[in-house]
Amino acid sequence: MLRQSWWKILCVALLLYTITAGFLGGVPARPILHETIRNLYFHVAMWMSMMIFFIISVIYSIKYLRTGSLLADIYALEYAKVGIVFGILGVLTGSMWAGFTWGAFWSNDPKQLGAVVALLIYLAYLVLRNSMTDMDKRARIGAVYNIFAFAMLFPTIWIIPRMMESLHPGGLGGNPAFNNLDSRMRLIFYPFAVPGWTLLGVWITSLRIRLQLLQEQRHK
Amino acid sequence: MLLLPALFLTLIARAQDSSGDQTVEMADALRANGKIYVVVAVLVAIFLGLILYVVRLDRKISRLEKETK
Repeated sequence: MLRQSWWKILCVALLLYTITAGFLGGVPARPILHETIRNLYFHVAMWMSMMIFFIISVIYSIKYLRTGSLLADIYALEYAKVGIVFGILGVLTGSMWAGFTWGAFWSNDPKQLGAVVALLIYLAYLVLRNSMTDMDKRARIGAVYNIFAFAMLFPTIWIIPRMMESLHPGGLGGNPAFNNLDSRMRLIFYPFAVPGWTLLGVWITSLRIRLQLLQEQRHK
Repeated sequence: MLLLPALFLTLIARAQDSSGDQTVEMADALRANGKIYVVVAVLVAIFLGLILYVVRLDRKISRLEKETK
């Protein structure tokens, strides 16, 4: 599965379409945003991909706790790492977007803060793992912390920002999807952008996992 | 008490929306003089360059995996 080409070719095709249609396709003309609304295919897609990677990561952490398979632990770790990378890219692209539309690169907006807190919690997961030398202890305690880190995504990203007054769409209980996303954008975002970026992250994670396994084999 | 201003906010936002479409400026100039295609071409070039790197890495790892067997 990891070595098959079909989903990798699919990934490239999906992203090529996302980039092309993303800039040439029609978008609604909204005040403040203007053409930057196209960042939806990049900034928002980064976050959705991150969520998917963190879900996969926690599933493998649970699998490790149930089966003791160190391979599951490697999967959990690498998906968490790539999730963190996509999250950082999400913060950076969001900050750039905010600089041009909200007038400031950082506004202490609830969602901005929530996202950074969530990422810090996951970074602490990496620090925690590195503080232990015994492999099984590292995997076991890491897996438990991973579940906690995943649980923290709920209040920090999905609940509290939607309850407060926010510059992001969705504040004060509103709809986070720009209040009914335009159907032209929806047709690019959901079938192409999100799967495309997610597959790219999966591809990179698969390479990291294979490299890790190679290194372990060589050390035997 | 706090709900009232919040409700007003959503009302105002919606009022802005319905009249906005004709007056919001978009990058039609870039589209008119064809420069938008340069934007797309640059991004596609960067993207393909990154993909090329990932493909080469993938092949290198596959080769190493075969050797280690």
